[in-house]
Amino acid sequence: MTGWVRANLFSTPLNGALTLAALGLIYAALPPLIDWAVIDADWRGDTRSDCTSGGACWVFIRARFDQFIYGFYPGPERWRVDVAFVVLIAAVIPLFLPKARHKGWIGIGLVLLFPWVAVGFFLGGVFSLPEIETEKWGGLMLTLIVAGVGITASLPVGILLALGRQSSMPVIRALCVVFIELWRGVPLITVLFMAAVMLPLFLPDGVTLDKLLRALIGVALFAGAYMAEVVRGGLQAVPRGQIEAAEALGLGYWRIMIAVVLPQALRIVIPGIVNVFVALFKDTTLVLIIGLFDFLGIIKAALTDPEWLGYSVEGYVFAALVFWVFCFSMSRYSARLERRLGGARRV
Amino acid sequence: MRQIWYDRRYRSVLWQVLAVAGVALLSSFLLGNLFDNLARRGIASGFGFLDSTAGFGVTMSLIPYSEASTYGRAFVVGLLNTLLVSVLGIICATVLGFAIGIGRLSRNWLIARLATIYIETLRNIPLLLQIFFWYFAALHALPSPRNSHGFADAIFLNVRGLYMPSPVIESGLVWLVLGALGGLAGAALYLRYSNGRFVRAAAIFVGVTGLVALAALPGGFSLSWDVPALRGFNYRGGWVLIPELVALLLALTLYTAAFIAEVVRAGIEAVPRGQLEAAASLGLSRRRILIDIVIPQAMRVIIPPLTNQYLNLTKNSSLAAAIAYPDLISVFAGTVLNQTGQAVEVIVITMAVYLAISLVIAMWMNFYNRRVTSRGGA
Repeated sequence: MTGWVRANLFSTPLNGALTLAALGLIYAALPPLIDWAVIDADWRGDTRSDCTSGGACWVFIRARFDQFIYGFYPGPERWRVDVAFVVLIAAVIPLFLPKARHKGWIGIGLVLLFPWVAVGFFLGGVFSLPEIETEKWGGLMLTLIVAGVGITASLPVGILLALGRQSSMPVIRALCVVFIELWRGVPLITVLFMAAVMLPLFLPDGVTLDKLLRALIGVALFAGAYMAEVVRGGLQAVPRGQIEAAEALGLGYWRIMIAVVLPQALRIVIPGIVNVFVALFKDTTLVLIIGLFDFLGIIKAALTDPEWLGYSVEGYVFAALVFWVFCFSMSRYSARLERRLGGARRV
Repeated sequence: MRQIWYDRRYRSVLWQVLAVAGVALLSSFLLGNLFDNLARRGIASGFGFLDSTAGFGVTMSLIPYSEASTYGRAFVVGLLNTLLVSVLGIICATVLGFAIGIGRLSRNWLIARLATIYIETLRNIPLLLQIFFWYFAALHALPSPRNSHGFADAIFLNVRGLYMPSPVIESGLVWLVLGALGGLAGAALYLRYSNGRFVRAAAIFVGVTGLVALAALPGGFSLSWDVPALRGFNYRGGWVLIPELVALLLALTLYTAAFIAEVVRAGIEAVPRGQLEAAASLGLSRRRILIDIVIPQAMRVIIPPLTNQYLNLTKNSSLAAAIAYPDLISVFAGTVLNQTGQAVEVIVITMAVYLAISLVIAMWMNFYNRRVTSRGGA
């Protein structure tokens, strides 16, 4: 023990000084933080008068919790959201079990099929479910929807763009390069502004697109461009011999791509794809700037409620914690995949 | 006929013609709708609006600007503010990011752990949330101007911003400029022949500038400080960083530093161990190994992703709009767009600016990469 401490904390005078400084920092920051967040915090109650102890007022989160999750989705219909997420979780679990079967099919179904079914389910109007317009969607539910649709749509868009960029036809290649670099060169917020204020001007008279749908189109195109560059990395890593062998067998372009190249390319870039997902998940918060109430947006709105003024630290800490759990677990998953796929095949 | 259909060249031309036709059709459909809509809603088009009076004020401007200025000038104000926060952010994030990246590889267990915790926390929380936290939660908890935190009676921090003394050069400005030019030339010359020793080049720049300024001192160079002082309800004089800028800069720096730290770590780890061992067996000191062996090789790996992070920071500075820091998005794509209603022109200009920045940086990076790789050798 003392040997370890000497080797790892006090090996040189400089190291010793750094260790002491770091310990001082921890001592100065950690106990007050724990006092505020846990020991002195208020957990029970319904109104701000229940917050008396001077620590964090988690009562605020508790009182608004349902709204943070469902937004303005009407109470009696919230079971729909619950059902969709239970199905989602049930479908995700096998993906993490080492011995589960048909992982590929579950994954494909999850990414390509589930979001559309879920959106139909949330929107209603079918199966005698009452219709709930998208203005009422909000909170964590909306964040997950934007992220989910963005991910779902960005994969096919990205794959097509990447194939186009690698194509031997100069015109197609040029179109794809321009498209990809255009979206990657501008901030997401300008894309969202474009979707919010410019897109309606380009639609025929009388045709209106839902605000959420417009934002989703913007997010999908933006994420698609980033996905295209990730997929391109994978395409470039597939040995040329594979394509030549497939050509020698007499397969056509699409058969070669779907049956030979893409399965290998996508497998290589799974970690990169997950990283795009993480970035997209964080970027969904930007929809609040064009007036949608995603998870962060609804917390920010709740903070301006006169009844709960002055609890912004609690609100933002809670939001940060939730986002962190999502993003950290995704990035861990990607790091694990990267290790498992091995350094040799990495691009 | 069948033969033509199965001819690869014929099919490739056909596909390309179809693609061009499709794009042309789509654009003509969209543009047709656009002109219809503009005419119906009575929205003007063209870039003439850039010359009309803006009529709104901005909270911070690097060039003289008033409500009587034009929309064109408002655009420049916004662009300069974007560039300002980007440059400041890039400098701060680089310093912090390198420190944390090196800290993560430290042999000191505690420092390495703390650096890892920093990276994993900060980069997994959305930037917008961090901006809100600093702006609405942390900075709003600062005292009022009357109860400011003061440092050495010169720097003051309160809810209205960070106040700093500004240097006022009363005379001899020409010597300072000459010194700076001389220093710049010297530093550039040194960089050219020293294989990129940035720190020493920077030292040369500061040294030469200072020497020339000092030499000019008897000749009438004088400098005084404009120290902020509490007058009425707020501090006046000196430089002020408005709270929006402070919050945005803090968030951009802390967030990007986490990514830069990872870039730096990967770059240093990419230097083969054999290089270190070979250098050590030649009897080089640890300092020499670091300066002559590790840093030059690591920089080669670091520069491209680092440039990417700079680009990200610049694009992320557009989140300023959420806390009303008067950057390009908030001034131009926000206020100007709302006042003129010319959404298409405004968005196109805004996107073009960001695209231009991206392209310039990308071109510079390609140039740098070619130069570095063409030098060859490890």
